[in-house]
Amino acid sequence: MSRRRWRGRVLYYLPSVVVFLGVIGLWEFTVHSGVLPRPSAIIGALTENWSSGRWPLFAAARNTFLEAMLGLLIGSIFGVVWGALVARWATARDALLPVAIAANAVPIIAFAPIMNNWFGVLNPLSKAAIAAVLVFFPIFINVVRGLAAVDPAAIELMRSYAASEWVILRKVRIPAALPFFLTGLKVSTTLSLIGAIVAEYFGGSSDVIGRVVVQSASALRWDVSWAAILFGATTGILFYLAIAGAERVLIPWHASVRGDAPA
Amino acid sequence: MTTVHSEHAPVVRLAGVEKSFAAHGEVVTTALSGIDLEIRQGEFVSLIGPSGCGKSTLLRIIGDLTQPTGGTVTVNGKSAAAARRGREYGIVFQAPVLFDWRRVEDNVRLPLELLGMGRAEREERAGEMLRLVELTDFARHYPYQLSGGMQQRVAIARALALEPALLLMDEPFGALDEMTRERMNSEVLRIWEKTGTTIVFVTHSIPEAVFLSSRVVVMSHRPGRITHTVDIDLPRPRGVHSREMRRYFELVTEVRQQLRGGGADEDVEASIDQVVAEEGSL
Repeated sequence: MSRRRWRGRVLYYLPSVVVFLGVIGLWEFTVHSGVLPRPSAIIGALTENWSSGRWPLFAAARNTFLEAMLGLLIGSIFGVVWGALVARWATARDALLPVAIAANAVPIIAFAPIMNNWFGVLNPLSKAAIAAVLVFFPIFINVVRGLAAVDPAAIELMRSYAASEWVILRKVRIPAALPFFLTGLKVSTTLSLIGAIVAEYFGGSSDVIGRVVVQSASALRWDVSWAAILFGATTGILFYLAIAGAERVLIPWHASVRGDAPA
Repeated sequence: MTTVHSEHAPVVRLAGVEKSFAAHGEVVTTALSGIDLEIRQGEFVSLIGPSGCGKSTLLRIIGDLTQPTGGTVTVNGKSAAAARRGREYGIVFQAPVLFDWRRVEDNVRLPLELLGMGRAEREERAGEMLRLVELTDFARHYPYQLSGGMQQRVAIARALALEPALLLMDEPFGALDEMTRERMNSEVLRIWEKTGTTIVFVTHSIPEAVFLSSRVVVMSHRPGRITHTVDIDLPRPRGVHSREMRRYFELVTEVRQQLRGGGADEDVEASIDQVVAEEGSL
């Protein structure tokens, strides 16, 4: 990368970095409250947690991440299959699309206590299930849009080569739908973490981000709660960046990736 | 050239081809009526006519992308459907229809993959086709990195990769500016002369049809019929100089008059005026 491009990048990110540091500074020097500890107190809680030996916050973040991942996987499988059916067959669309939209209107978090009963409160699957239901819709709707977005002329071209429906699916529809699916997946990374953490609030193993937040708060250790939230946020950002990175490898040709502006 | 090729059996034979569109069991529009046409091996035939005369529909019927409601279509002695299954067509649409996720060379290889050709042979053939359209240096580029004219050349390379018996081109340069279009015209002629492929070319540009073709088929509006056929006896090889020949202007005028004579109907007149207006100075 040329020096000019580096300069461009720095200038591009500079305003947001300034705003971020400004907010942290303002927070550090003006806030005097137990519920909202200063950033330095939160950092203190992190180092204290680190020196306590087995670094429980890291273990908690890892456990929560695994629940979210599992949920994302299950939700994606359902979303892709359901979406493919709806995109392929008109009868399936008439039957399945209203169900998916209705399901999306349900306040999914309300299921959390029920999932705890279904799968057992200590089973990570009870948290993954909430994450799965949350990510289902964005994945589903993006798959439907992606499969429908194929240029009719591309299908005609394939027909002129006497290509079967299966070959058209493999060589045209799936590659065309991939950017849409990845968009759904990116949105779903943060959603799956939200689902997992909120589900944890309703009880379960204590070595997870949600439980650490709740338990520290009830012990009035707000600094630890905030440290846990910071961990959760970092996990979410890394999760998102991982998918965004996969995008660069999988669809380098797509408008969302190929642009010169830093993404 | 045409006299040499005329000894061969026709590549395309259309007999009494009709196409009408029906709604609620009633015929609403007759797009094509009583089309009889024979296209011989190695010919370059242009279909010209006002917008809506059914020339694209006719091309699609030849390519088995649309079914006629009457008449017979024979391609190399087979039905159009059998020819399509036998992968005897190369098609170029008005839009390049390249796959964004494939590099230029992979787009050209697509029909070879579908044929089940081995990797090495595929690469060799694609390389050959890219040399033919002079895009070797862009083999590793993605379509979005190419100009419109270059993209259309990739589409032509792809269409020719299977060495089709018949190349169908549906207003392939309609979306290009005049300069690029003239360059692409010369390019297509060069490729046609080199490969000897039979080409059916749909256009609404009189100069383009005259410059390229060995025969121009003039069609009229609704129902689409073939009203005249003009043999283009401009000497070959043709080039920029051909567009400045006296014979060229005579032929352009002849095709224009034939288009005008296609019917007294006002609709037709309006469409022709539009065609003439588009040709501007000529």
